[in-house]
Amino acid sequence: MPEAILRVFRGNAEGGAHAEYRVPLAPGMVVLDALHSIQAHQAPDLAVRWNCKAGKCGSCSAEVNGRPRLTCKTRMDSLPLDRPITISPMKAFPVLKDLVTDVRWNYEVNRKIPPFQPRPGVQWKMEQADVDRVQEFRKCIECFLCQNVCHVLREHHENAHFAGPRFFVRTAALEMHPLDGASRTRLLREQMGLGFCNITKCCTEVCPEEIHITDNAIIPLKERVVDEFYHPMRLLTSRFRRK
Amino acid sequence: MTPPYETHEHDVLIIGAGGAGLRAAIEALAHGASVGIVCKSLLGKAHTVMAEGGVAAAMGNVDAADDWRTHFRDTMRGGKFLNNWRMAQLHAQESPERVRELEQWGALFDRTPSGDILQRAFGGHTFKRLCHVGDRTGLEMIRTLQDRGVQLGIDVYMECTVTRLLKDGDRIAGAFAYWREQGRFVIFKAKSVVIATGGIGKAWKVTSNSWECTGDGMALAYEAGAELLDMEFVQFHPTGMVWPPGVQGILVTEAVRGEGGILRNKDGERFMQKYDPKRMELSTRDVVARSIYTEVKEGRGSPHGGAFLDISQKPADYVKRKLPSMYHQFKELADVDITKGPMEVGPTCHYMMGGIRVDAETARSSVSGLFAAGEAAAGLHGANRLGGNSLSDLLVFGRRAGAAAADHAKNSAPPSIDPAQIAEAEREMLAPFERAEGDSPYAIHHDLQEMLQSHVGIFRIEADLRHALEELEKLKSRAARVRVEGSRLFNPGWHLARDLRCMLTVAEAVARGALARRESRGAHSRIDFPQLDDAWGKKNIVTAKRDGAMTLAEVPVRDLPEDLKQILAEEK
Repeated sequence: MPEAILRVFRGNAEGGAHAEYRVPLAPGMVVLDALHSIQAHQAPDLAVRWNCKAGKCGSCSAEVNGRPRLTCKTRMDSLPLDRPITISPMKAFPVLKDLVTDVRWNYEVNRKIPPFQPRPGVQWKMEQADVDRVQEFRKCIECFLCQNVCHVLREHHENAHFAGPRFFVRTAALEMHPLDGASRTRLLREQMGLGFCNITKCCTEVCPEEIHITDNAIIPLKERVVDEFYHPMRLLTSRFRRK
Repeated sequence: MTPPYETHEHDVLIIGAGGAGLRAAIEALAHGASVGIVCKSLLGKAHTVMAEGGVAAAMGNVDAADDWRTHFRDTMRGGKFLNNWRMAQLHAQESPERVRELEQWGALFDRTPSGDILQRAFGGHTFKRLCHVGDRTGLEMIRTLQDRGVQLGIDVYMECTVTRLLKDGDRIAGAFAYWREQGRFVIFKAKSVVIATGGIGKAWKVTSNSWECTGDGMALAYEAGAELLDMEFVQFHPTGMVWPPGVQGILVTEAVRGEGGILRNKDGERFMQKYDPKRMELSTRDVVARSIYTEVKEGRGSPHGGAFLDISQKPADYVKRKLPSMYHQFKELADVDITKGPMEVGPTCHYMMGGIRVDAETARSSVSGLFAAGEAAAGLHGANRLGGNSLSDLLVFGRRAGAAAADHAKNSAPPSIDPAQIAEAEREMLAPFERAEGDSPYAIHHDLQEMLQSHVGIFRIEADLRHALEELEKLKSRAARVRVEGSRLFNPGWHLARDLRCMLTVAEAVARGALARRESRGAHSRIDFPQLDDAWGKKNIVTAKRDGAMTLAEVPVRDLPEDLKQILAEEK
């Protein structure tokens, strides 16, 4: 039977190294299948997160040959099998063990975003066309691959001042909800660090749900912030008020 | 009380953070209780996230003639009248309000031209009834509920597994658990516990279920003395993927058929014509699953042992809009473009109709302070569940369980926990590390899956079921000597060793129930008793632990009140 060689990171918060495993190939096999095979036959304590194995839950994120991917959707036959496949944990998050990283920070950021707040006396009617653009954002499966590749987090570690693409998408879903009455622009500017994003679109490239994170969420949010805080007329009126 | 252990105290402890658990948490909090919710995975990854087709609620947005009575009748008929009728009634009456509530919390369902929530057709439902978001309805639901719960202030204990319920005499006192990350033990003290742990599919080889669905809640409740009900009824969803091998069992939503998908065998024959000419592809799941299985068994299957399911007669952008995740799933995992050609599908173990026996109004189990909701509870679906009735079940009975658990807590004194129970729970968890030899948990799990798949599947027969019970004894003794390698730090082998015991307990209840029920009804098909039997139609089977042994008892199905009888008699 043909085999693949996987180099899988084994280690914890203190450090570690890649270990090599040979795995028999099967038709249509994905990287997560190979990891499960290693667990079942070679390394029962290999730590991997997964749930649905169908690209719907966003649990099995890792870096395959340096590229952030869902391992359940990465076909082995899409990779060069003549050399070892390297599998590493997401780099932007602290390693707990092997491929499992500490992603709790994301849940803390999420908590800060004010929830959906229907406008008073609203009628619960919406056009599909108005719902469409928000439904794009609500496809997000929280795999955190966008957070993982964003250089503001990955290289500059601005976690204290920057919420990351996932939470711009979530905020955009709330801001653009046809019946929402709250405003989150001040939060975006002052606490979520929207200004740090310089639109390199790395997040959009890795999104397994193909959400146009930069074009449809981040740029419109930037425009909202500009409208609210830097609009020439508003600046003028606020100057008058100050006097 | 127990100084060496990390301890948390809540009025209400909820085990499981899928739809039922989160809805229960929100309600318990609204009733003034302090609430903790424990889940094996990260928040938002529970199996609800995989629900695709929709949530059934008789809102009448598309078919104005729909009302709760028709939904009630469909549910009872689908369940072959073994359902707890009061649950079916409450479910049909309350689900529209539960869906509207989700919308008010920010969920965005697909819309009708007049701006209301759009509803689609599904098997066994007389009218277009399933509120949906393309084919990712479960994701929308779980995000809405988790955001709501977190904002309201529930305490979430993620990646934490409960291994034992703790008791104070006859009443519930809390739970013993471990953190998956560090392997440290933790104790939860609670006046009420709600079990919302979902299903048991991972005990079978071909399943749509994730690693989490190992019957934990049912096994924990059983060990704590609670009664289980209808354990013989396991739903095989007619359409799972069959190829390639790694994706075998992954769900293909019933919405494909709801949107007009057609089933054919290898000869191009639309075979549902033979099995249910009236409802065709939109027959109930038990019927469609048996039909596909029979076609394959009789040599008319597709190349990889399934049937062809075709939606390519619909316009490509319609398919991509209404079934986006199916489109991607097949394209990326099976190299099939479903807008151009058929999918290959076959039955996959999907849902457990049976579970913890509960009171309809309060979701209370037979143990004081212990409640259950969602797939872990039994009664609503009877012998077969209709698609879409699970998501509505989660909402209706999750809410009821949360309210009742909070009320129970208000009227209860804080429990005390006997340290001996805790010592025993810890000893049990650490034993697998101390063995020099013994089977790997993966090997035992593999053998259990193979055995159930071949002996306790869609079609059952006495000899197979007896063989299954013998094999289960062997597997149980192997599991009692399981050996775990490595440390307690995030060790999936260790985690599986514990989950395995739950699967074995529940599998035994399924096999015993299936052996006892000598008829075919809904999802339970006996080759040796192929007909419905009226006498069995008046009985449910209750499973409980008595004097250390699994015992079964037959209990009469409660008689319907006249007004509900009237509804069932109406033809529609």
